[in-house]
Amino acid sequence: MTRKKENAVILSQKKLAQDIYSMWIQTEAASEAKPGQFISMYTNDGSKLLPRPISICEINKADGSLRVVYRVTGKDTGTEQFSQMKAGDKIPVIGPLGNGFPYEKAEGKKVFLMGGGIGVPPILELAKQMHCEKKQIIIGYRDRETFLEDEFEQNGEVYISTEDGSVGTKGNVMDAIRENGLTADMIYACGPTPMLRAIKAYAQENGIECYISLEERMACGIGACLACVCKSKEKDHHTNVNNKRICKDGPVFLSTEVEL
Amino acid sequence: MNMKVNIAGVEWNNPVTVASGTFGSGAEFAEFVDLNRLGAVTTKGVANIPWEGNPTPRVAETYGGMMNAVGLQNPGIDVFCERDIPFLRQYDTKIIVNVCGKSTEDYCEVVERLADEDVDMLEINISCPNVKAGGIAFGQNPKAAEEITRAVKKYAKQPVIMKLSPNVTSIAEMARAVEAGGADAVSLINTITGMKIDIRRKTFLLANRTGGVSGPAIHPIAVRMVYEAANAVKVPVIGMGGIASAEDAVEMILAGASAVSVGTANFFDPAVTMEIVDGIECYMKEQGFEMISDMVGIVK
Repeated sequence: MTRKKENAVILSQKKLAQDIYSMWIQTEAASEAKPGQFISMYTNDGSKLLPRPISICEINKADGSLRVVYRVTGKDTGTEQFSQMKAGDKIPVIGPLGNGFPYEKAEGKKVFLMGGGIGVPPILELAKQMHCEKKQIIIGYRDRETFLEDEFEQNGEVYISTEDGSVGTKGNVMDAIRENGLTADMIYACGPTPMLRAIKAYAQENGIECYISLEERMACGIGACLACVCKSKEKDHHTNVNNKRICKDGPVFLSTEVEL
Repeated sequence: MNMKVNIAGVEWNNPVTVASGTFGSGAEFAEFVDLNRLGAVTTKGVANIPWEGNPTPRVAETYGGMMNAVGLQNPGIDVFCERDIPFLRQYDTKIIVNVCGKSTEDYCEVVERLADEDVDMLEINISCPNVKAGGIAFGQNPKAAEEITRAVKKYAKQPVIMKLSPNVTSIAEMARAVEAGGADAVSLINTITGMKIDIRRKTFLLANRTGGVSGPAIHPIAVRMVYEAANAVKVPVIGMGGIASAEDAVEMILAGASAVSVGTANFFDPAVTMEIVDGIECYMKEQGFEMISDMVGIVK
């Protein structure tokens, strides 16, 4: 019995782009957090009871705070309620949860750090903590409503793609790689499933070690309810079937161990 | 004052257990909860062989609750016996194994396999709305429910709890049917079948199309059904359905439940069961109850 749901204190809240918000919270979860892990955030509204799993964008161990950058998914949603909260408000959280990116494996490697849409934020802390030979950050957005790109600039070479071509390469992160003639021998990625599917295929074709962070609707967030599973290539040791729990065994997986 | 309860000859330290499927086999929750302080741990349903469960999405939030169609994914009875029973036995709590199956033979195979295992009670799930065969097929027809109860009782060495579905016309009739089949206790309610549609994508939110609705939103329905079942049978009733606080648990006990299961609320706060155990104790002190049994079904 070492963990609990905790009332974190909101330190700041800022809108970064259309529907994208950044929140710093004071939380015990900061002390053990790693890039690629997530926290469960709860509303204070009795009609919206399930936790919202939100990836960790930045970790400040010195002052015990975490940054989350999240998307408001619609009107009257839990994330909309989060966006209306102010500095000083309390927000119930549990974390850190999940496994995180194995960033130490990047030592001496030429790396792609790839994020798409609301999969961009967890790549920031990863970029900050990673020591590697060459750090190429490729981030994709829908349109000119981009976010966090200035902070990425301080942590590596940044390439941007937008679906409508308003900033950087027109298309997706794979198009940005091709257009800029980039190569790597290690990949870390987070984003929508079609993007991860393309990256997984690219990594496989080129024999590149690749770690992807998956997303699925969750209930408990701690590995008990078996809601957020993904298909695994081999029989999983815990579930004894070809399913892995994204919240507990992931959200980060070696691309070859899961099927998308 | 005494929190102990006796359910079909098994003495629990207190009347609080967890609803099957919301707590795994306890290992994930052990970081948040002192398992010694639960009257019993009810495990996630286990079948004779491993089940992969349904496609995702398997869950959706609903107003004041949620909906699931996990589809009874489980590692099968062999892994369960090797791994989960020894884990739970480390704690001073009773072990209730929830059993699922697709046919009478499946259920009986698991029950027979458990006969010589160190577990305290069996809960037979004849009420899961999310699997195509078995499950609820046995739980919506009184005759089928009575027959499967009689069948598993032949193999069972532990007391048998039959878990009932709310998706029936008369819960009293179903409770009487399983009692006639030899059930040592009944538990209710399982989830209520529901559906949620994503109006933007114009499709079902769950891959399974339908799912079981649970959580605080269904609590009054559960209280009513526990009341009706408790007044229909002599065997003890384990009440569940939307319990999220000690007050909810007490309400269920006053309606006729001899013990209570906390389900969906474990997802909102993994430590909620501890608050509920403490809260029931406070209520008893405040109201001058000496024993849980003094409270059971006193609202007539």
